[in-house]
Amino acid sequence: MSPSSGVRLHWRDGLRIASVGLRARPMRAALSALGIAIGTAAIVGVLGLSASSQAGLLAQIDRLGTNLLTVEGGTRITGGDAHLPREAAARIEHLEQVAQVAHTALLRRDRVYRSRLTPVTNTGGLQVRAASANLLTVLGTGLARGAWLNDGTARVPVAVLGATAARRLGMDRIHAEQRIWVGGRWFHVAGILRPSPLAPDTDVSALVGYPAAREYLGYVDVRDAQLGGAPGSIYVRTERGHEAAVQSLLARTANPRSPSEVAVSQPSDVLTARAAAAGAFDSLFLGLGIVALIVGAVGVANIMIISVLERRSEIGLRRALGAMQRQIRTQFLAESILLAVIGGVVGVLFGILATALYATSKGWAVVIPVEAWLGGIASAILIGAVAGLVPAIRASRLPPTEALRTV
Amino acid sequence: MNGDIVLQLDHVAKVYGEDPPVHALRDVSFSVRRGELAAIVGPSGSGKSTLLHIIGTLDRPTSGVVRIRGVDAAGLSDAELSHLRAGQIGFVFQQFFLAEHATVHENVADGLLYAGVGAAERNRLAHEALDRVGLTDRASFRPSKLSGGQRQRVAIARALVGDPAIVLADEPTGNLDSTTGASIMELIHELNAGGATILMITHDADLAAQLPRQIRVLDGQVVSDVTRAAAS
Ligand SMILES: Nc1ncnc2c1ncn2[C@@H]1O[C@H](COP(=O)(O)OP(=O)(O)OP(=O)(O)O)[C@@H](O)[C@H]1O
Ligand SMILES: [Mg+2]
Repeated sequence: MSPSSGVRLHWRDGLRIASVGLRARPMRAALSALGIAIGTAAIVGVLGLSASSQAGLLAQIDRLGTNLLTVEGGTRITGGDAHLPREAAARIEHLEQVAQVAHTALLRRDRVYRSRLTPVTNTGGLQVRAASANLLTVLGTGLARGAWLNDGTARVPVAVLGATAARRLGMDRIHAEQRIWVGGRWFHVAGILRPSPLAPDTDVSALVGYPAAREYLGYVDVRDAQLGGAPGSIYVRTERGHEAAVQSLLARTANPRSPSEVAVSQPSDVLTARAAAAGAFDSLFLGLGIVALIVGAVGVANIMIISVLERRSEIGLRRALGAMQRQIRTQFLAESILLAVIGGVVGVLFGILATALYATSKGWAVVIPVEAWLGGIASAILIGAVAGLVPAIRASRLPPTEALRTV
Repeated sequence: MNGDIVLQLDHVAKVYGEDPPVHALRDVSFSVRRGELAAIVGPSGSGKSTLLHIIGTLDRPTSGVVRIRGVDAAGLSDAELSHLRAGQIGFVFQQFFLAEHATVHENVADGLLYAGVGAAERNRLAHEALDRVGLTDRASFRPSKLSGGQRQRVAIARALVGDPAIVLADEPTGNLDSTTGASIMELIHELNAGGATILMITHDADLAAQLPRQIRVLDGQVVSDVTRAAAS
C-alpha cells in the first residue's frame, strides 16, 4: 500500500460510488439514458430484423426446395404469347430424373366473384385455374383451411382459393354456405391455401378440378385453342441434384417442334435473391439509430456537466476523505459509462424484443447477430466514456477548497 | 508519550490573488501535540478557514512549512497528500456534508473509503465510531431523518472512524442551536478525553474559552496562544 501509487478501491466500492448520482436522481438518469436506449434499440432492431427475415426466407427456401422448375409458354418468334402443347406434361413425366409433375391451366374467360350481384368488372385481379390433383404436393403449398380437391370434388362445382384470393374475397373460414360465383354458377369453396411462394399465380386463383373445368367452364374447346385445352404452367419436381440436367431438357421435351417458344424458370431463384436483399439492412433506420445515439451522447454529457456543478460539495468531501484526483475522475467517468451502458442494455433488450415479436409474427426464426448486441453495448461504453471525459476531468481538477466553499 | 507533535506550522503565509494581493495568513507558526484540544478563534475574515484548509492539506501555503507527524506536506504529490488525508486527518464541517442517499452507517464507514481498509473492517470501525458518538440505534437511518445535532454527530463519527492523528473541525456548532451546540461541545470534550487530537475553529470567544488551548488569529496573524494549566 504505497502512498505514491495510491489506494485502489475495491470494484464493488467503485461501482457503488459510480452509481451515487444515478441512485440520487433516478428519473434524470433514466431520461438522459433514453436517447442511447432508443438509438441502440433501433440499431439492434434493424440488424436483428434483417437477419431474421433473411433466416426466414432461407428456411422457406430450404423447406420448399430448389428442385422445382416451372415450364410455361414463352413468346413466339412471330410475336405474341406461345402456348404449350397439350401433351407437354405427359412428355415431361417420362423424363428420367423427374420426380413429379403438376400443372394448372388458366381459364381466361372466367372470373371470380363473391356473389352474382358483383359487377363483372370487379374481378379483384382474381383468376380461375384448373389444377392437377397433385398440385399442392409438388408446390409444397399447405392448406390453411378446409380440404383440397379430391376425385369427387374435382368433378363438381367446387373450388379451393389461393391465399390472396381468399383474402380479397373476405373469406377466412370454410363453411357449407361458403361459395363463389364463377362462370355463371355457384362454386362451393372447399378450402383455402397458404401462400405459395414458388407459384405466386395460385395465390390469386380459384382452383378447380380439370373435370369440373371441362364440365362447367368449357375448358376444352376444340374450335378455339385460345380457350384452353393445354396446361398454362407445368411444375416439375426433379430429383435433387439433377435440376440443371432436367432444366436443359425441358424446353425440347415440352415442345419438340419449337423449343424456343417455351419458358423454363426456377422460381426459388426469386426467393434466393430476396433472401440476399433481406440481408442488406435498412440503412435509413440504421442512420436514425446512429443519430439517436449521438443525441443520447450529448444528453449524457450535458447531465454529467450539470452533475459535476451540483455535486461540488460531494467532490470536496471526497477529497477531504482522501480521494485522489484520479479517483474523482474515475468516479465521474464510471458514472457516465454506467449511465450509457444502462441505456445501451435497455436498448438492446428492446431491440431484441421488437425483433422477436416481429419475427415470430412472421414465423421466422429470431436471429440477433452477435455484432448487433455486442456492438450496441460496446458503442454505449464508448459513448459514456467520450461524453463523461470532460466533466470527469473538470471534477478532478476542482480545487478541494473551492469545492467545499458554500456560498 | 504525551509530547508527540502531530502538527507543526513554521512561518506559514497564504496570499490570494495578485491585484491587490490578499494576505489571508502571515507568518503563522505553532504546533499541536498528540491529545490536545485547541481552538483557533478569531473574527470573520481573520483567516481561520484558510488556516484549516492548509493544515488539512486541502490547500498549499504560499510560503512556510506544514508538517503532519513530521512529514513536510510541501514535498508530497496529490496522491500522497490524499493518502495522508485518508489516514491522518479527519474533517468536520459546519454544513455536515453527509451523503443523503446513504445510511448513517454507510456515511461513517465511507470515512475510511479511500484509506485502503477492507469493507468488513470499515463496517466494524463504523459501528465503533457510531457507538462513541451515541448513535448506534440510528445506524440504518438516512441523514435526512436526523436532527441537526445528530447529523453533526454522524459527521464527527466519520472523521473519527479511522482514528486520525488530528481532527479538524470548522465551526462544528455553527449550524446548531445553543443547546445542541453545547452537547456537541460535550462530545468533543469526551472524545478528546478518549485520546483524540482535535483542532476546532470558531469565531465564538466564549466557546473557545471552554477549550484547554486557544490560538487567537486576527488579520491572518496569530495574536495569542494560551494554554490553560491542566486542571488535573
Ligand atoms: N479563494 C480566495 N480567494 C481570495 N481571497 C480569499 C479566498 N479565500 C479566502 N479569502 C480571503 O482571505 C481572508 C480569510 O478568509 P477565511 O475564509 O479564511 O476567513 P475566516 O476566518 O474563515 O472567516 P469566517 O469566520 O467568516 O469563516 C478573507 O479576507 C477572505 O476574503
Ligand atoms: Mg471560515
